[in-house]
Amino acid sequence: MSVRPRTVAALLALAGLAALIAWAASELTPFGTPSGPANAIVRTLVHERHAANTVNGVTYDLRGLDTLGEELILFVAALGSAVLLRHGRGEDVEQERGEDERGAARTPDALRAAGTALVGPLVVLGVYVVVHGHLSPGGGFQGGVVLAAGLLLVYAAGQVMALKRVEPTALVEVADATGALAYALVAAAGLVFATAALENFLPFGTTGNLLSAGTIPVLSVAVGVEVTGAVALILTELLDQTLLRGGE
Amino acid sequence: MTVLHVVALAAVAAGGTAVALARDPVRQALVASVFGLSLALLFFAFQAPDVAISQIVVATVAVPVMVLLALTKLRRDEEQR
Amino acid sequence: MTVLPYLVAAWLLVVGLWGTITSRHLVQQVMCLTVVQSSTYVLLLAVGYRTGGYAPIVSSSVPPSSPFVDPIVQALALTDVVVEATVVAVLLALTVQAHKRFGTVDPDRLGELSG
Repeated sequence: MSVRPRTVAALLALAGLAALIAWAASELTPFGTPSGPANAIVRTLVHERHAANTVNGVTYDLRGLDTLGEELILFVAALGSAVLLRHGRGEDVEQERGEDERGAARTPDALRAAGTALVGPLVVLGVYVVVHGHLSPGGGFQGGVVLAAGLLLVYAAGQVMALKRVEPTALVEVADATGALAYALVAAAGLVFATAALENFLPFGTTGNLLSAGTIPVLSVAVGVEVTGAVALILTELLDQTLLRGGE
Repeated sequence: MTVLHVVALAAVAAGGTAVALARDPVRQALVASVFGLSLALLFFAFQAPDVAISQIVVATVAVPVMVLLALTKLRRDEEQR
Repeated sequence: MTVLPYLVAAWLLVVGLWGTITSRHLVQQVMCLTVVQSSTYVLLLAVGYRTGGYAPIVSSSVPPSSPFVDPIVQALALTDVVVEATVVAVLLALTVQAHKRFGTVDPDRLGELSG
């Protein structure tokens, strides 16, 4: 279809879709009065499982199977983008040296100083958000992306060549796989130690302590490691594509 | 529905329109970053701090950086031809 | 006024689809797709919101007997946000490979060079 008839057809179709959605929206329960069992769920999680952050509790306990599927999507997507982007790598590795010195000279000094100073606090914040997920807003997904953003800060601070020496690709791949495996193992451990998979079988403790709520913080840390690994893998692959391949 | 909700929803609608109508990919990446921030504000107004935390990092930092890196790679491949 | 959030979600969906249909650059299409995804987040959170409800984090100043907003839709939305970012990464990797293969990022001209 050429451009003009396609635009007209799209306008008509989208207008029809918008009208149908507006009609359906007028029949939804009015905004501000949900009809679900929200209060009952919160009370179950607090009184039985002793988890203060009920969103975290829902993610890793009441709907833990959904989270297993979601983190496996994350794992497969990181794997897919690594496979797609790694195909042509290894060409022109000898151009690395020249690019390195030029890159270091171009970054302004204020940016390098601020970036280097902030990486440490950012990593600590990310670990805090992951580990305290069941007590305050946070959890595996949030802390994992904060930690992966630390990798970007290292790149912005112009230290990416120092990072290369640590061989980050192998490290993030190992982190990614370890997180996914840990989640699956804890889920299977529910089968071994309790009656069903993903059952919350560790002791619950008291609400508000760091070691409480059973398997929820364990699963949260596993997902945090896995999300860090997956997002850092994607960013490492993209950075490798643009930095080290000075030419083709 | 408080005033904060109405303002946040209006900002989100305007931001989404700006992202869809932007013509240059680099400019669109930066507009998408601002759109992500306005969405995070809306999530805070809807009493969802967990969603807002992940939205801030993902939509403001991770996705625009990925897009800009991909555009750099495309431009570099184009110069090779 | 009480259906405003749902209308904003519908507007984002329509505008994002419009951007996807009329764009001439694969990366632009990917970013218009993120607008469509954000319409689902707005809809999910609007469905779960309770007027006067607190964020579902229990503490000493927010006892478990207070009214809360729905935590299930928030759990769905937050895993959604992170996973869709990774899917955007896969799409960008596909774009880079398509450019390498076909020499163009215009979605209308992608199939032309395959003989």
